[in-house]
Amino acid sequence: MSDREIMEYDVVVVGAGPSGLAFAIRLKQLQPETSVCVIEKASTIGAQILSGAVIEPQPLDALLPGWRDNPPPICVPATEDEFWLLSKTGGRKLPVPPGMNNHGNFIVSLGAMCAWLAPQAEALGVDVFPGFAAADTVYNEDGSVAGVRIGDMGVAKDGSHKAGYTQGIDIKAKVTVLAEGARGSLTKQLIKRFELDKDSDPQGYSIGIKELWQLPPGRVQPGKIVHSFGWPADSHTYGGSFLYHLDKDRIALGYVSGLDYSDPDYQPWEAFQQWKNHPSVKSLLEGGSILSAGARAIVTGGYQSLPKVEMPGALLIGDTAGLLNVPKIKGTHQAIKSGMLAAEHLVANQLNPAGFDAKLRASDVMAELKSVRNIKPAFKKGLWVGMLNAAWETVLRGASPWTLKNKADWSSLHKLGECEEPKRDYVQPRELPPRDRLAGVYFAATEHDEDQPIHLHVADTNVCVTQCAVEYGNPCTRFCPAGVYEIVSDDAGKRLQINAANCVHCKTCDIKDPYQIINWVTPEGGSGPNYQNL
Amino acid sequence: MKILVGYKRVVDYNVRIQVKPDGTGVVTDGVKLSANPFDDIALEEALRLREKGVAEEVIVVGIGPADLTAHLRNGLAMGANRAIHVVTTDAVQPLTAARIFQKLIDKEQPGLVILGKQAIDDDANQTGQMLAALWDRPQATFASKVEIADGKVTVTREVDAGLEVIEADLPAVITTDLRLNEPRFIKLPDIMKAKSKPIDTIEFASMGVEANDHLKTTHYAAPAKRSKGVMVKDAAELVAALKQKGLL
Repeated sequence: MSDREIMEYDVVVVGAGPSGLAFAIRLKQLQPETSVCVIEKASTIGAQILSGAVIEPQPLDALLPGWRDNPPPICVPATEDEFWLLSKTGGRKLPVPPGMNNHGNFIVSLGAMCAWLAPQAEALGVDVFPGFAAADTVYNEDGSVAGVRIGDMGVAKDGSHKAGYTQGIDIKAKVTVLAEGARGSLTKQLIKRFELDKDSDPQGYSIGIKELWQLPPGRVQPGKIVHSFGWPADSHTYGGSFLYHLDKDRIALGYVSGLDYSDPDYQPWEAFQQWKNHPSVKSLLEGGSILSAGARAIVTGGYQSLPKVEMPGALLIGDTAGLLNVPKIKGTHQAIKSGMLAAEHLVANQLNPAGFDAKLRASDVMAELKSVRNIKPAFKKGLWVGMLNAAWETVLRGASPWTLKNKADWSSLHKLGECEEPKRDYVQPRELPPRDRLAGVYFAATEHDEDQPIHLHVADTNVCVTQCAVEYGNPCTRFCPAGVYEIVSDDAGKRLQINAANCVHCKTCDIKDPYQIINWVTPEGGSGPNYQNL
Repeated sequence: MKILVGYKRVVDYNVRIQVKPDGTGVVTDGVKLSANPFDDIALEEALRLREKGVAEEVIVVGIGPADLTAHLRNGLAMGANRAIHVVTTDAVQPLTAARIFQKLIDKEQPGLVILGKQAIDDDANQTGQMLAALWDRPQATFASKVEIADGKVTVTREVDAGLEVIEADLPAVITTDLRLNEPRFIKLPDIMKAKSKPIDTIEFASMGVEANDHLKTTHYAAPAKRSKGVMVKDAAELVAALKQKGLL
């Protein structure tokens, strides 16, 4: 439509996470006259950010010297690290691997940290727009990226316009910076359109499920960091937990499952609950209450999966590019560094993205990824091979002459009955909350207007009840941490029901669906989870 | 005609309210705050009246700490012409709020004041009524339809028996019910325009309003937890269990 409103900026950033905000801040510090806006689909900054999170502070020191005098609202210095191998009823404390030594680091709520960063960006003249989803990319006549199209508001489920219908505008910019986090929906389109991944391995992901608890006084030891692996994951499933002791009797805990798991019956959310019921964790949590909960995909492909991060008119930074360091289980420092690097590159090159890919690959961001590139892939061969290999790679600091390959997560599922799968014994009855996934969604405070188009596009729902039901037993009903997918029976037979209003925007379905027919697109701006301090 | 609209900031309706462990209040750190939904409806109605040509100017009024500015900017982005920010860090009870509005009415001489029927934080449902009494003007509360003609306002109210239609002389106070309208979406360009709209700042202490707090909050507590249910196998066991409890 020609009458669509247009706003113009020098640079538009998609996503107000650590990379996008660090980028915008750095750009304004270096070149205040450049106009830049940040679009965020969450109703408020930080409401759809979910991370552990233990962060390395060095990039923040570089970006905002003096931040330690005015720290984010949740910022607890790390005191001690523990690393456990769990069995079903006990466990063994192991030496802390070097990558997991957190001396000098801070436990933060990444959501709260972003809410703290945004006003600092605004103070430098950045326009930050929460509540607006970048639904699409727009292009110039020469095919280069020209900016983004904001999603329409007030569209009914059937596509008709409701009374308050408001057409989304186009934001045109010389450069579009994608900072959407793991598996960004626009990034996914752009990678395909510009074949950005033609020289890299497929990207890999995990799903992290997290809760924030308020515990009875005296139990929390602020700054203590506990990681575990082993139970409840079997040796062929990549999984591990984190337990971060915050201040004010609060504790953040979560469980990460590699989405390269092969058992079609695996349920990441149930595995998390199972871990919570381990005697060492359960005794800590009993008598406490949940403050907030949610889930988010994590990008884990690393060095060999990094796509080209530039294209005409646009570039990728942070987790949407795929810069997380898996053994450290940290991506925030990489996100901030890549954002700063992108800003420095654009300022030095008259806002031309060309050359950013080479610059990133020559930077210490990439050196860090290279040194750990073989650690995660080796866990495909089982826990013990993975551990031995991790020790080897750690000693050599990644100097092995080989690079292990990554495969796409969706391709790793066994068909039903193809292999004997471990018996999982998910906890029943549940003594710790939440009772089930829907009760968990309640703690995510997720909200979508029910009368809007379903934002989970399934290309062919016949596949679900015919082919998938037979081959994989509809794993979407199990991998989704929010119970969005259901197979229901009615007069017409079985069909897929999509409870889109429950969606917490984790992107797991888009990644793991074995037929790759689920496409996650942005719902109406402002919809989705409203996390508190995750 | 000018329309004055009350625009209170509250904890967002999607947020799960949590009581502070020490019982002194509810948690607002890291919690999403937004406009009281009834106030959004009040503002929407004022904007529609302006669009119909009944009013020339819509003024949003907020009472609260310095950072309330961002909230008032939302009201301006929705379409208000200007904002008045009464600055105070104290919690303001309905009578004090009504007195503040009375002072602002003296200054602005509006033809209409539209307030939410209640705010979703304290659910007091008093400010509009108190203001009408202080101002000595008609009140039309719980409005689900508003029409203005010939210096009179006709308001449809939702009451127990159905719909009640009343007519009042202007100026008057209207409080809004949920079905009055559906507030519009804010558009990005309007957020930019709102940045240059004026916000008048008035220190509460300078207004000569007595902060007469009749209510004292002693403590906050979460509702008592429901005790766990008991699962029974069949009807017979259910009857037996009920009998045992003396309920049958």
